[in-house]
Amino acid sequence: MAIHNQDAFLSNVAAHLGRPRRISGVKRPSWSVRPQDRVFAGYSKEELLAVLKKQCQAIHTDVVEVQQSELAEALTDTIKRYRGKTVVVANDKRNALYGLDQFYEQLNKEVDVHIWDAQLGKENQTIAERADIGISFSDITLAESATVTLFNDKHHGRSISLLPKSFIAIIPKSTIVPRLTQAAQQLHASVEKGERVPSCVSFVSGPSNSADIEMNLIVGVHGPIQATYIVVGDK
Amino acid sequence: MSIKLGDLSYQQRIEKGIENDFMREAVSSAQGRFRNGRLTQAEELGDWEDWRQLGSEIRTHTLENIDYYLQQLSEQVSKRGGNVFFATTAEEANAYIEKVIKQKNGKKIVKSKSMVTEEIGLNQHLEKLGAEVVESDLGEWILQLDEDPPSHIVTPALHKNKEQIRKTFAEKRGYDQSDSPEELAAFAREQLRKDFLSADVGITGCNFAIAESGAITLVTNEGNARMVTALPETQITVMGMERIAPTWEDMEVLVSLLTRAAVGQKLTSYVTSYTGARLEGEIDGPDDYHLVIVDNGRSKILGTEFQSALHCIRCAACINVCPVYRHVGGHAYNSIYPGPIGAVLTPLLDGYDDHKELPYASSLCAACTEACPVKIPLHEQLIRHRQIIVEQEKKSPIMEKIMMKGFAQWASTPAAYKLSTKLARTALKPWTKDETIKNGPGPLKGWTDVRDFPAPAKQSFRAWWKERQKGEVRNGNS
Repeated sequence: MAIHNQDAFLSNVAAHLGRPRRISGVKRPSWSVRPQDRVFAGYSKEELLAVLKKQCQAIHTDVVEVQQSELAEALTDTIKRYRGKTVVVANDKRNALYGLDQFYEQLNKEVDVHIWDAQLGKENQTIAERADIGISFSDITLAESATVTLFNDKHHGRSISLLPKSFIAIIPKSTIVPRLTQAAQQLHASVEKGERVPSCVSFVSGPSNSADIEMNLIVGVHGPIQATYIVVGDK
Repeated sequence: MSIKLGDLSYQQRIEKGIENDFMREAVSSAQGRFRNGRLTQAEELGDWEDWRQLGSEIRTHTLENIDYYLQQLSEQVSKRGGNVFFATTAEEANAYIEKVIKQKNGKKIVKSKSMVTEEIGLNQHLEKLGAEVVESDLGEWILQLDEDPPSHIVTPALHKNKEQIRKTFAEKRGYDQSDSPEELAAFAREQLRKDFLSADVGITGCNFAIAESGAITLVTNEGNARMVTALPETQITVMGMERIAPTWEDMEVLVSLLTRAAVGQKLTSYVTSYTGARLEGEIDGPDDYHLVIVDNGRSKILGTEFQSALHCIRCAACINVCPVYRHVGGHAYNSIYPGPIGAVLTPLLDGYDDHKELPYASSLCAACTEACPVKIPLHEQLIRHRQIIVEQEKKSPIMEKIMMKGFAQWASTPAAYKLSTKLARTALKPWTKDETIKNGPGPLKGWTDVRDFPAPAKQSFRAWWKERQKGEVRNGNS
């Protein structure tokens, strides 16, 4: 696609910096300090999970920990607690891996379940907007900030974690890392390898909120009003 | 609006701020909360000074090579199906955005919070064209309904209380519920949801562009920026040219500093990095994407002693510790960038003529410099501004010039100095009560309007010293 006015603009910038324009060969220096590597360094998955659970309290997010065999039950409980009548779910390969394909089929008898379907186009957004609950798998989970990282694509729309009133994230225990540092390193490495980074990477930490009125914390503004994380032992 | 908010004089703005009791109370309580949040998070993270050092190194390297990184960014965005427009001036940026909107026959535009679009006056420009522009950040929406400018760069409606907000909602949108923040926010959610779903064009600012992959990172809590980037078919990002990080790894460090320094959060509810147009088969995200990179006076700061002012990551930590901001509030700066960073940046972007007082709106206590997560020497830059104003521009406030000149003459004449320090107590007696002056005359008025001035001591320092030398002062034999 088009780039307008680049040369004049950047030449002016270089002129102000008092040197010729730099077009190639710029290397990031090695920084004198790297405090980001020391945060929760050497923590086990269990220790990181404890960090995540503690932070969930600060961000008004419920967290439950289950074995894989208990996942369906935990989902059912959470959907009931949120009085969900309609649910929109990412079309994730892990649905099959965790036995959720059959679960959603069963659930569909009582609750309206929509699995994101790229063929349906914009109708997905309309369904997500009306849905009570959105359900996604976390791709990378950040313990420090209790954040689920979502790699949004044609099977996993951005709307799922955004438009419904409630959000449920399924967190495979193996996806837990100390903090944003490790997610950024992974993304940087994939750029270096020439891989295509998702068109949207969403780092989501609990429900939406605002402190814009007299600095009072209001939980639930434009995005989901409530959120639950279900941490599940790995397959 | 442009960078400048209005035409009141500096003195008038300050008086208005100081007389606004609600605003002053709100600001002082907000400052306390922000400050505590930042300190708690910094302590919990540990190694805060190392983090600041790292932030400073990343910003220094980025700005020194900004032409390289902007080129990399624009190529990546273009590769991912996005258009890039480099705008030297506000007018160029507005004209390009206007062209895009006209081509798309856009009638309704939904925006998420962006300081740079305030700076270039984008809303006014688009409204003149007859387009409906909706600000979707809760604070910005309140201000838009009330036609009031922002007073803080992170919580723009900080100066308003919930009763004022309830009234605005009632008058402008027929709101009939209470002034509880939850009910007010629920009403905003319901009203704005319709706008998100029906908008033709979404416009956002940019916290950090990531050069290596052409991604734009937005740091938000409410979820409105995600709506703006996920739903409309056409999307435009407007970024100040310095708001860029070389890689995901650098973005990560800057975001970690930003959320802690701004609001005392480990991360905000949403940190969203999106790249160009949606990919084949994807439903959410725009079909047509545009990135507008704005100079508007920034390049002329490069290569000067003020270059590090461009390192700013817009966290407002300096604003939240500033004793002057605490008393006068954001509007007194008459700039969309208030507080210490505003006092440094505004004259650089918009010239000294309209903003020559701003570098004086500081006690030079250096709390700002200490709070800055990327180590911008803010108070030193304020001193430098003052020097330039005095030396080159001859624009120091007139009263200060007269007083300083008078002081120099008076202080350099021993007899006059001695006499006047003796006479001061007698001369100021009519305004003195309980050893303080509450409503002083002449040059003292500006000071005593804001605070009490101690009455001149019964015994002048020189007299006290003289007596002390003779060993005649009580308790003075230490």
